[in-house]
Amino acid sequence: MKLIVCVKQVPDTSGVVAVKEDGTMDRAAMDTITNHDDLAAVEAALQIKDATGCKVVVISMGPPPAEGMLRELLARGCDEAVLVSAREFGGSDTYATSQILAAAIKKVGVEEDDIILCGRQAIDGDTAQVGPQIAEKLHVPQVSYAADIQVEGKTVTVKRLLEDGYMTLKVQTPCLITCVKELNQPRYMSVGGIMEAYSKPYAVYNFETLKDDPLIDLDTIGLKGSPTNVYKSFSPPVKGAGMMLEGAGKEACEKLVALLDAKHLI
Amino acid sequence: MDFHLSKEQEMLRKMYREFAQNEVKPLAEEVDEKEMFPEETVKKMAKLGMMGIYFPKEYGGAGADVLSYAMCVEELAKVCGTTAVIVSSHTSLCCAPIFENGTDEQKAKYLPKLCSGQWLGAFGLTEPGAGTDAQGQQTTAVLDAKGENWILNGSKIFITNAGYANVFIIIAITGVTTDKRGRTKKEISAFIVERTDPGFSVGKHEKKMGIRGSSTCELIMEDCVIPKDRLLGKQGKGFNLAMATLDGGRIGIASQALGLGEGAIEEAIAYTKERVQFGRRISQFQNTQFQLADMHTRMQAAQFLVYSAAMKKQNHEPYSMDAAMAKLFAAEAASDVTRRAVQLFGGYGYTREYPVERMMRDAKITEIYEGTSEVQRMVISSNLGVK
Repeated sequence: MKLIVCVKQVPDTSGVVAVKEDGTMDRAAMDTITNHDDLAAVEAALQIKDATGCKVVVISMGPPPAEGMLRELLARGCDEAVLVSAREFGGSDTYATSQILAAAIKKVGVEEDDIILCGRQAIDGDTAQVGPQIAEKLHVPQVSYAADIQVEGKTVTVKRLLEDGYMTLKVQTPCLITCVKELNQPRYMSVGGIMEAYSKPYAVYNFETLKDDPLIDLDTIGLKGSPTNVYKSFSPPVKGAGMMLEGAGKEACEKLVALLDAKHLI
Repeated sequence: MDFHLSKEQEMLRKMYREFAQNEVKPLAEEVDEKEMFPEETVKKMAKLGMMGIYFPKEYGGAGADVLSYAMCVEELAKVCGTTAVIVSSHTSLCCAPIFENGTDEQKAKYLPKLCSGQWLGAFGLTEPGAGTDAQGQQTTAVLDAKGENWILNGSKIFITNAGYANVFIIIAITGVTTDKRGRTKKEISAFIVERTDPGFSVGKHEKKMGIRGSSTCELIMEDCVIPKDRLLGKQGKGFNLAMATLDGGRIGIASQALGLGEGAIEEAIAYTKERVQFGRRISQFQNTQFQLADMHTRMQAAQFLVYSAAMKKQNHEPYSMDAAMAKLFAAEAASDVTRRAVQLFGGYGYTREYPVERMMRDAKITEIYEGTSEVQRMVISSNLGVK
């Protein structure tokens, strides 16, 4: 069994959010982190590895500096890393990204008992589309929003975290599972792991590596192959300070009703 | 000369910082207030390889270098002086002398358990009558009639990690030698003593001004029997072993001092940017700006001394004077910088609501243990040939 985990390096939105004059995000001016949901997927994979001894391969599509993130994931205990990086891949939306990642996963190789893990969504785009699209392109079953994963042979039992409750599903490998950050508490890198991070297998897949895959066509990848166009991104205007109503329940309710009434909202 | 950290060292610093912020900082106040030894934190550090950072993997270490160890102590000390000294004493004063002086059997027996953090280590040199005058030892070790066991008698005081350690490096007198001129001199040797050895016990726990969660106790040996093969290094070479061990220990304590000063600066920068007086943030006053500039410059200079000493130890160059200078400068800088941080906080700094008063109390010990600042000056001047 092998676990393939897709991860994305994203801007750290807990710090300064920089926006360029044209309204697009100034990624170079922001610190980067590993996407939270993706870290949960990595931790889920490492826990399965702890229990079964299987191999964990992490894949990320991004610019060359994303190597730093992949090395950190190797330091946490992943066994191999693949950076998918090429000028031709730049500007890809979720459709094009899933084409490229699916091709890269095929290149790594998907065996009968393998599981592909993704984060639910990335904090920069918040689309939650890439994982499911990869599953479609690889023709494997998918389970999204995993809050618990149990593996028994080729059967995986996944508890899905939905808005109004949980749903438990059984699925056969090979399959793709998207994980939510509530799934687990990601482990730290270890000192020993860091010392090995730069000697573990690390590969870069560029356009040349993947170009023979039927999914890879200059019309289906990169900016040109992306049906989505970002019209504008901007910081929402800052809201004014709110008003706190003091007092017991009934008293506060009466004040609230009076205020809403005065504004003709009710 | 290269002032850049390797990729691994950069990653280690990030990991230490994340660990310190998430796991150590939230407990620091309680550790101080309740004099609580952070046992759970030690277990977590053990799991992450922080209890044997620069020892080879074959002995259960993480295979990193001395600078990576110094950075670990530094990052821990930024948020908790107690947690930092646990790692420092364990690594520098117990793992290191066994790694550097132990027989193959001793290394195989003790290092895997110590480096993995399964066991905690400590070092016993100081006695009630032998502090800076370390030659004034009273603890004795005598071979029994059959020559199979050493019998230790005496007591040690102010021993860091004592209440929780499993293994102790103990310095004791094994005889008296007479030199060519007929002058007698104590023959001093080093031993490995286990907590469970018969006749060994841990005595009074000291109540301290700072590093209050650190377990500082007395060790008592009453006809303590240990097998003959527990002699560490050569018989009669114990004093040199102890001094060399303290040279390494000083890198750890200097790193602790460095972290305490840097931690206080981080707190002071955050506070002065928020605190408003006379209608302005106090960071807008030139006094605050100049104070923080001086504080940071001092700690940066300390960092260069500490890192340089660590790199010399790693490269097996003589580093005794470097470690003494690093500890002297970093400790005095930490005491000064933490005191100034309290001043920048004003009345709030004097309360336990903010961590800077704790950092000030913690910093003082770095001028005292593992050789006082005066001892460091003796080491430095003697290295300069000034007699």
